[in-house]
Amino acid sequence: MLSIKNLHARAGDNEILRGIDLEVKGGEVHAIMGPNGSGKSTLAHVLAGREAFEVTSGRILYQGKDLLAMSPEERAWAGLFLAFQYPVEIPGVSNMYFLRTALNALRKSRGQEEMDAMDFLALVKEKSKVVHMDRELLNRPVNEGFSGGEKKRNEIFQMAVLDPTLAVLDETDSGLDIDALRVVAEGVNALRGKDRAIILVTHYQRLLEYIVPDHVHVLSGGRIVKSGGKELALELEKKGYAWIDEEARRALTVGS
Amino acid sequence: MTGTAPAGVQSDAHLSRFTAFLKERKEREPAWLRRLREEGMARFAERGYPTSRDEEWKSTSVAPLARTSFGPAPELAPADAPRSGAAPVFALDDQDAIRLVFVNGRFQPGLSRQDRLPEGVTLSSLAAVLANEPGVLEDILDDSMRPAGHVFAALNDAFLEDGAFLSIPEGKVVEAPIHLVHLTRAGGGPAVVHPRTVIRAGKGSQATVTELHAGDGTEPVLTNAVTQICLADGAVLSHTKVVEEADGAFHVGFMPVRQGRESNFSSVSLTLGGGLVRLDPHVLLEGEGAECTLDGLYMAGGRRHVDNHTVVDHLRPRTGSRQLYKGILDGASRGVFYGRVLVRPDAQKINANQTNKNLILSGEALASSTPQLEIHADDVQCRHGSTFGQLDDDMLFYLRSRGISRDAARSVLTYAFASEILARVRVPGLRHALERRLFPEAAA
Repeated sequence: MLSIKNLHARAGDNEILRGIDLEVKGGEVHAIMGPNGSGKSTLAHVLAGREAFEVTSGRILYQGKDLLAMSPEERAWAGLFLAFQYPVEIPGVSNMYFLRTALNALRKSRGQEEMDAMDFLALVKEKSKVVHMDRELLNRPVNEGFSGGEKKRNEIFQMAVLDPTLAVLDETDSGLDIDALRVVAEGVNALRGKDRAIILVTHYQRLLEYIVPDHVHVLSGGRIVKSGGKELALELEKKGYAWIDEEARRALTVGS
Repeated sequence: MTGTAPAGVQSDAHLSRFTAFLKERKEREPAWLRRLREEGMARFAERGYPTSRDEEWKSTSVAPLARTSFGPAPELAPADAPRSGAAPVFALDDQDAIRLVFVNGRFQPGLSRQDRLPEGVTLSSLAAVLANEPGVLEDILDDSMRPAGHVFAALNDAFLEDGAFLSIPEGKVVEAPIHLVHLTRAGGGPAVVHPRTVIRAGKGSQATVTELHAGDGTEPVLTNAVTQICLADGAVLSHTKVVEEADGAFHVGFMPVRQGRESNFSSVSLTLGGGLVRLDPHVLLEGEGAECTLDGLYMAGGRRHVDNHTVVDHLRPRTGSRQLYKGILDGASRGVFYGRVLVRPDAQKINANQTNKNLILSGEALASSTPQLEIHADDVQCRHGSTFGQLDDDMLFYLRSRGISRDAARSVLTYAFASEILARVRVPGLRHALERRLFPEAAA
């Protein structure tokens, strides 16, 4: 589904991604872990098409198409979804209106008819249950005045409604209490399926107790320095990131 | 160089036209009206069109207007009346409303509708009042609220012919909105109209009035409007003005407002069309406890120029004013906000708030903002401020990442900025018609 080859990206003069290689197949859940500043969030944003990051080399194929040639909205139309670490507040635009506009934009891009108001309400009702989303929040402006947990929940709610093929969750777990974490995990697990893939970007192993990944990758210094199964996450939890950095540094020295 | 010099050739055109205009009316108009006209013409002749040397006009050049020689607007058959502008189109179809329609400055009874007018309320064409019972207007038309620099109001005095006269008796509540629709189209050269609206809201009365201006055609039209409003004690009046003139049109609107004790005046002005638009609401809070709200939205693109020039004069204690003007500027347009709040000596316990926010959508658009407070009392609460900003990149990316196209995302965010003002339009049908016109994608 997703194939990242030797991806380099920078913000201004600062090179952040220094050669990422990653293969994600349908049905898989990948966890990308790593210390702060390792480039995890940058990778998530590059996947979604954030223009603030410049891809200097490498390529990304998504469902056989050149992802980097697509605009952010085209990526969404193709089924890609990014759950933001810091969801944006948009005063003056109601959550419901925003979501309906987004859903209909997706449907239109796929040659489907716009969803009418009644069907949309029914869908919202169903999906808001999944994430235990307070109905009152739906009519408020997008994320405005939401608590941190409410914002994250809203991301998962949007994901449930928009029903993506590839979901990238950027530190959706950070700052969440255990109840909210369970809700997020339920939302993600509900999405799992053989034709979908999920990339979880996270700093902590905690989320992986609820969403069991097929693969775990450790990002450090803009590269994936270690990959493994779910047990790698436990090892990281025990030993911290320092040993990875040490290992990576040694590998780098040997390599150069 | 003195103020008289720039009057120039085109001012002379007004002068020479005035002589013929006056002669034509000599027999049938009362002496006081003739005097009003002559004094108006004299004030205009003395100063001519304003220049950048006039403090009140330094950000708005009327040169394109001053270069144009305007003649009287041609008569148009009602069937040929322009049907342009979302607001007039709505008002002409509004089954619940009361409306007066003016085409090229002349009242059109066939397009108007007054059957829902409550008993005791007077609403008629100004021309009819001037013809049948001019005495009613003698002390009203000249309310002496003529800032020295506003020569356009003086020109309106000189040339006024028609418009609306609305008088609401004490205690009367007019439920249905009253639409005053002005449609223009020049023919055979640039044309000018001088509509005059007179609103008298009696003690404790209530009404909602809209004043809608639109036009079409390629030849320039100058609409030089004066809307004079008087609220007696306890009166509540909501006034919405929508300017949707053609691209090449000029619109100058002077709106003097006097407010009695505990009266409440709320004004929403939406400037959505016209090459050069200048609006001057001028509110005198003359009675203790009077309050006014002035809100405005101006949207411009191309080379259009919009200037909102407000004055609120707190003459008495416990008066309040709130102003929120929002500008959305695209292309190489110019938006000017100049707001002056005066608090007179001994006018204590005043609350005054004045805000201007600008959304700049292009690198060539320019906004200027001059909120001013002049306070001569000590127990007052006054605040003012202006902001200038662009569409937020984080918000745009967030919307696009959900599949909303770039253009639609820009429209959604622009609508979010504008909706605060649009929400204050009191007539829901009118508000929806404007939202659909301005933000077809966002306001679905």
